[in-house]
Amino acid sequence: MPKLIIDGAEIEVEDGITLIQACEEAGVEIPRFCYHERLSVAGNCRMCLVEVAGMPKPIASCALGVNDLRPGPNGEPPEIITKSKTVKKAREGVMEFLLINHPLDCPICDQGGECDLQDQAMAYGVDGSRFKENKRAVEDKYIGPLIKTIMNRCIHCTRCVRFMTEVAGVEELGMAGRGEDVEITTYLEQGMMSEMSGNVIDLCPVGALTSKPYAFAARPWELRKTESIDVMDAMGANIRVDTRGREVMRILPRNHDEINEEWISDKSRFIWDGLRTQRLDQPYVRVRGKLRTATWDEAFAAIARKLNRAKGSRIAALAGDLAGAEEMFALKDLMTRLGSPNIDCRQDGAAIDPAKGRGGYLFNSGLGGIDTADALLLIGCNPRTEATVLNARIRRRWSSGQLKVGLIGPEADLSYRYDYIGAGPQSLADVASGKHPFAKVLKSAKRPMLILGAAALAHSGGGAVMAHAARLADMTGMAGEAWNGFNVLHHAASRVAGLDMGVLPAKGGLDTQAILKAAKAGKLDVVYLLGADEIDMASLGNAFVIYQGTHGDAGAHRADVILPGAAYTEKSAIYVNTEGRPQMTDRAIFPPGDAREDWAIIRALSAVLGKTLDWDALSEVRDAIFAAHPHLAMIDEVVGDGGFDLKKLARGSARIGKQPFGRAVDDFYLSNPIARASAVMGELSAMTAGGTSGATGTDG
Amino acid sequence: MSVRRLDPIQPESFKFSAANMRWAKAQVKKYPKGKQASAVIPLLWRAQEQHDGWLPEPALRVVAEMLDMAPIRVYEVATFYTMFNLSPVGKNFVQLCGTTPCWLRGADDLKAVCRRVIGEQNQVTEDGMLSWLEVECLGACTNAPMVQINKDYFEDLTAENFEELLTDLREGRDVKPGPQNGRQFSCPEGGATTLLNATASSSAKRSTKSTAKAKPGRGGK
Repeated sequence: MPKLIIDGAEIEVEDGITLIQACEEAGVEIPRFCYHERLSVAGNCRMCLVEVAGMPKPIASCALGVNDLRPGPNGEPPEIITKSKTVKKAREGVMEFLLINHPLDCPICDQGGECDLQDQAMAYGVDGSRFKENKRAVEDKYIGPLIKTIMNRCIHCTRCVRFMTEVAGVEELGMAGRGEDVEITTYLEQGMMSEMSGNVIDLCPVGALTSKPYAFAARPWELRKTESIDVMDAMGANIRVDTRGREVMRILPRNHDEINEEWISDKSRFIWDGLRTQRLDQPYVRVRGKLRTATWDEAFAAIARKLNRAKGSRIAALAGDLAGAEEMFALKDLMTRLGSPNIDCRQDGAAIDPAKGRGGYLFNSGLGGIDTADALLLIGCNPRTEATVLNARIRRRWSSGQLKVGLIGPEADLSYRYDYIGAGPQSLADVASGKHPFAKVLKSAKRPMLILGAAALAHSGGGAVMAHAARLADMTGMAGEAWNGFNVLHHAASRVAGLDMGVLPAKGGLDTQAILKAAKAGKLDVVYLLGADEIDMASLGNAFVIYQGTHGDAGAHRADVILPGAAYTEKSAIYVNTEGRPQMTDRAIFPPGDAREDWAIIRALSAVLGKTLDWDALSEVRDAIFAAHPHLAMIDEVVGDGGFDLKKLARGSARIGKQPFGRAVDDFYLSNPIARASAVMGELSAMTAGGTSGATGTDG
Repeated sequence: MSVRRLDPIQPESFKFSAANMRWAKAQVKKYPKGKQASAVIPLLWRAQEQHDGWLPEPALRVVAEMLDMAPIRVYEVATFYTMFNLSPVGKNFVQLCGTTPCWLRGADDLKAVCRRVIGEQNQVTEDGMLSWLEVECLGACTNAPMVQINKDYFEDLTAENFEELLTDLREGRDVKPGPQNGRQFSCPEGGATTLLNATASSSAKRSTKSTAKAKPGRGGK
């Protein structure tokens, strides 16, 4: 624990940190461009110069460790001065150099108002320029459909290059040339093939890399910022939704060390154009085969005609992947009152039995647990597409050399190396029985971990897969008191809340597959789809389909009545992430047109049906939820595993299918109704499917 | 110096010759396992030698693949080092030193000759025999002004003998590398000026030996 004197105040800091971190701890602000706490140190912008007593020149504080400082002649702690004349002059000098080739185009720059260079030039620069010569000009580069480049503005901090290489694990950006002719580019100006590339927009301290879809759309000071939660996957990344008037203008990440750190995937970031298109903004009723617009009363009346005549056992409901806890709770309540046991929140038919303990379907180690794990077995799971930011965390641990990864399932480029064990459940059985050498790796590891993906649980032999995984976990001592490495990685944001609240078939009820089968056979009269689009609509047969959702997607096309709901940016709803951490979205804008918040729609419908639900306000729904499931009230806290018992989980069919695991996400960019409505996602999907668009064509 | 980009006209593919491939594999073996990327500069250099003195884009990919590097990392190296030519060069590639000592001794005259005889920098003559590039100090200041043509130094140039030299090269005549004014390496012009009496000191023999300037090595293609 070295002692330092920073601007006259003595402070004791951790071993191994750098001067800039020490200064931060002491509450002294150090300007910087290239330094970023989650990236390697480059030390090339020179903005963080400080004076160290006894050193002849100012020192780049980001690149010098506190342990490398020597005490004074009489043993006094090393002294760092950040407010001296020398430091001021040094900063002014560096700033002047940085601005030599930086265009003065702030008025037309999208970074204006949230630009590090702008702010720091104000704070640490001088008021005029002595530079009379021509500024250099740099050609703009094509690096993909998401990122607009204005390379004149680049100050070569290389944050983007380091991010893509170190965090995203996609070595595509680089710094070409030298000296004055240095340029940031991709190889032959191909688009970047990464699901995290949007983060370089946030990292860029100037306006060289800005958001292409958001270009010239708004100024930061005219946006209303709403802190919310992302629902594109089950990680529950923390986001900030920026809105102007009735439109979402952009989505940015918020820092949450346990979940997404400060990154989000491109899908989470650029989904917002999908929130504007293909929206269901008024109710529809199918009349003589054609969907016609209707009033709420007409739509409810049409539903009431069907539901009042249908027997409870001939009614079924499915909750989709983006549904919040409130509406699932309301739907379950309504179904109970209608006397129907047929309800399921597992749209993909995942074999999860909450009766075996909550830990049986949670990411028990916590997403942060990866940072200490030393062996990892991925089962039917591609974290890169199912939880992109989590994949970056695995990659970081892997690149530290302390994590060995094995994969069972479809082979994929995960951005790190892994031992490929096999394609199907048979390989899992081999590891579980100790036949495969990876079993030894898990056994000898101190903190072994397995991640059971959505595709493994949705497998036809999902129950057996779960049992084998539990057996393997038990055998390798994964789940102990201090460490529980038995993890399930969900892909649907709604899933854990649904399982927690028991949005599952009641006694004698039908699950997803059974509902689809029964509907096809004509054994169901009414099917209620709460934003459920990822099922085979053809198997709904002749049933009367009520679709409550946000987008004109598969469900709406099949529906007989459409009830327009609110998307995740338009309502306050609870989502429980794959760790079992409840988080709440906030309403950033109102739903479009006649669309309403989903719980309110179900409440209104219940009144029309004469089965009025007990509550009539969001706070009352929440009270009802919290009364029944107290842990959902603990926002942002992970509580307990609910009597998790590996032995119980391990019981179950030993017969395991031969069919290889599928993919939980076929197309990363088109995995939900909002994404399918987004033009940006469509372009990205086409780009990944058809190679690189916009490349120069010399790529072999 | 200007922005260095890959040539717009690129060959379809690039392949190391069998001999160069053997050599390249031996180079890679020099480095510890996992550090094979260290061989990137030697491999690029050999690729350039094999490919008429310039690096085509497919060669970058070939080297990247051999060394398990991302192509962008190889591209960074190739664009950083100015001795990697990214566009075709003449059969005789003239690198003209324009740094202070050569400049003081008349490098500008040589440049004028280049412009007149060859054309602008980086332009290859129509017959493909010549192209030129101004470079930084080549370390033969004693014999300024000088140029490097392919692997040989031509020193103590004047506008006249330089033009003659270029004509000879263009017409495929044999030329003599080294000083062009009859001087021996970097010995004083017109013969020795000191130590004229060999018997005066027994150390004379040693010192004359050490004044011999090392000639740049002759490597095969």
